Amino acid sequence: MTENTATENTGATRRLARRRAAERRFRLYGMAAVGAALALLALILGGIAADGVSAFRQAEVRLPVTFEAAAVDGGDYGVLIKRALKSLFPEVRGRKAKRALYALASQGAARELRRMLLADPDIEDTTREVWLPASDDVDMFVKGEASGRIKADQATWIAALADDGRIEQRFNARFFTAGDSREPELAGILGATVGSLLTLVITFAVAFPLGVGAAVYLEEFAPRNRLTDLIEVSINNLAAVPSIVFGLFGLAVFLNLGGLPRSAPLVGGLVLALMTLPTVVIAGRAALGAVPGSIREAALGLGASRARAVAHHVLPLAMPGVLTGAIIGMARALGETAPLLMIGMVAFVVDIPTGPGDAATALPVQIFLWADAPERAFVERAAAAILVLLAFLAAMNLAAVVLRRRWERRF
Amino acid sequence: MPISGLFLLIGGLAALGYLAGRRRAFAFATPGRGARHSLPGHYGVHVALWCAVPAGAIAAAWLLAEPRVIDALAAAGLPDAIRNLPADRLALMMEKARNLAAGVVQGGDAEPAVAALAARFARLDEIGRTALIVSLGVVAPAGLFHAWRHMAPDFRARVSVERAMRVGLFACAAVAVITTLGIVLSLLFEAARFFAAVSPDDFLFGLAWSPQTAIRADQIAASGSFGAVPLFVGTTLIALIAMAVATPIGLFAAIYMTEYAPKRLRAMAKPAIEMLAGIPTVVYGFFAALTVAPALRALGAVLGLDVASESALAAGLVMGIMIIPFVSSLADDAIAAVPRSLREGSLALGATRSETIREVVLPAALPGIAGGVLLAVSRAIGETMIVVMAAGMTANLTANPLEAVTTVTAQIVALLTGDQAFDSSKTLSAFALALVLFAVTLALNFAAMAIVRRFRERYD
Repeated sequence: MTENTATENTGATRRLARRRAAERRFRLYGMAAVGAALALLALILGGIAADGVSAFRQAEVRLPVTFEAAAVDGGDYGVLIKRALKSLFPEVRGRKAKRALYALASQGAARELRRMLLADPDIEDTTREVWLPASDDVDMFVKGEASGRIKADQATWIAALADDGRIEQRFNARFFTAGDSREPELAGILGATVGSLLTLVITFAVAFPLGVGAAVYLEEFAPRNRLTDLIEVSINNLAAVPSIVFGLFGLAVFLNLGGLPRSAPLVGGLVLALMTLPTVVIAGRAALGAVPGSIREAALGLGASRARAVAHHVLPLAMPGVLTGAIIGMARALGETAPLLMIGMVAFVVDIPTGPGDAATALPVQIFLWADAPERAFVERAAAAILVLLAFLAAMNLAAVVLRRRWERRF
Repeated sequence: MPISGLFLLIGGLAALGYLAGRRRAFAFATPGRGARHSLPGHYGVHVALWCAVPAGAIAAAWLLAEPRVIDALAAAGLPDAIRNLPADRLALMMEKARNLAAGVVQGGDAEPAVAALAARFARLDEIGRTALIVSLGVVAPAGLFHAWRHMAPDFRARVSVERAMRVGLFACAAVAVITTLGIVLSLLFEAARFFAAVSPDDFLFGLAWSPQTAIRADQIAASGSFGAVPLFVGTTLIALIAMAVATPIGLFAAIYMTEYAPKRLRAMAKPAIEMLAGIPTVVYGFFAALTVAPALRALGAVLGLDVASESALAAGLVMGIMIIPFVSSLADDAIAAVPRSLREGSLALGATRSETIREVVLPAALPGIAGGVLLAVSRAIGETMIVVMAAGMTANLTANPLEAVTTVTAQIVALLTGDQAFDSSKTLSAFALALVLFAVTLALNFAAMAIVRRFRERYD
């Protein structure tokens, strides 16, 4: 195109340029939207990982503890820690200063000493260098979280201990092996994890058979009538009911009407089962529907009854898809919090639950409780618990993907 | 637990019945006894079902009814002086006696009346248990015997077994209907109790929400007012903010991924965006309360704005992030369903790609997109954890997104966590709120489905 024609058609050229610019802008908006969504995902996951990773390590103090028989017989292990601290800082005088010094060690340290002595009675009346949990304030201070809760003299003691190699961040095994606690440095997620596990077992035991049964009925046996329509509408409707409404239903029916125990994984599992039922049914129907009619007809042609054709041929072929749906439903149930708050699984539970009737809490509820706590150390633990929860969810979704890739038959 | 032992016993008996029935059916096939109608397994299952189902039904009914029956019987035998106690005192006494009878607490220093009641509980329990064991001991073998007597080569065992199976499957499917009914009825029933104390007008149109009611008559606590308009406004505000975030991002992401993105980018970005839907809501709540809210507050301080630490904006923004994948995946489906010929026709007439999308594809996909947006709105107003953790708890009638507002779901949680008498107006109001929530989300879902169904496949 020559210069001449371009000036003649200047209006058209300008319009075209404008339209091309609009095209580029539009495309940019799209890229920006995808980019924003991905960036937000990264921001959430990255932010929580950054918050939570530090909770897997916990400040501990190495103290020269003398297991004096006199104190041990009296059951007073706290005094051993106090004496050990005093031996390190003999210059500390005065009640207030002493109390500040003793506050460096966790209140759980005494229990730790007791456990050690019970495990090995020979250490009585000997002096050992022992790693003990530091208090949460020290922990936060060592991790560089200035909370203003560590006073100047405490800071100098911590610095002195650190110079001696007596304060270190060590792997926080307690986080995985302890139940909840009022002290952040002693709190762990085992109780909540076991509670979640028990809840999921109940959920699966109820939702899977019911869901598969309903899917088989609707896909293979249901006559076309109003009742079937009603069932289908109910299932679609249940899938859209806010989860908290299931919690209220559980509260009104299972707790108040049925007299089942409060705070129990049994009730939590039942409520979550009703909530996941639509997921299982819808996935199950899709999987059953994907099995070609020729399979059924071949079975019927060889003289099998309808029920036998379904039970021996259609259902086994659909099973990978059914299980995939069930696992995805379970993953959703594992992350659910609101209905569990309604049925009282939000209590402060120290003990590790041993059965579905015990008072328990669940992993997401534990996160909720810790996130609400005023101590910074609890918030850090909430982030760490989120990482554990996300790891569980990732594992379940991965299992679903693997199941689908390996065993799902396409016809 | 002896009860589970009982169930095991019935199960074991049924298993024995299955094996014996099958064995006997094999014998039918021996020459000279006529053709056998069904497979041996069918005869076995028939026997097992007759053994287990009636007995199991009795046991289940007993488990459900037992606590109530025993309570009623125990209460009926009480002396008048105790029966005329106030209801809550009586309930407390019953509870004490029940714990005593169950051995939950040691009864060294129990009042004589409680101890007597506990003894009565224990005796009634014993009687009930014996009655159950005796009746199961009769019913299970009787069923077994009945099925056994009916076994014959020409007995249509398969037909009855398959009929039973169909009934069982139907029962599974009916659970969904029963649950729906149960939800509606329980909400209606409890909400009706609330509306007996508070008029629906005051609830739906009242402007003040302070559910703290006086526990005793002589207390000078807040009188308790249940005007839910501030909650509805707060819910709407947060949902609007969420949709203002989610709709543009979700829609443009869907457009880009269906119309522009190279295949490999799409294969990676689509699951990544859908991961946002898999993150538990408590995680979003954590993010909103501990990252976004302080950041907004700091930003507000820089700009000279006063942002509340539990602002509607923080909760709404994060809820918007949560909703993005709902909007994008539903919009994706709707856009992908627009036939190729429409796009090609438009491109052939000289339109650019963006013009094609704006003028042709989006109008064609609009019903699906609108349906998806409505579903997303229904998710947003039913979402609980984000607002519980990041939005306020005190009702505040305002449209300012920088202030703290509360929502319907956050109030339900606030009203029902912690220990309180279940039948106070305060706790019952949670059910009234839930009823409204249920009705609104249901209406939105039906509207979404209606839009999608009505305009679907117009371009075949």
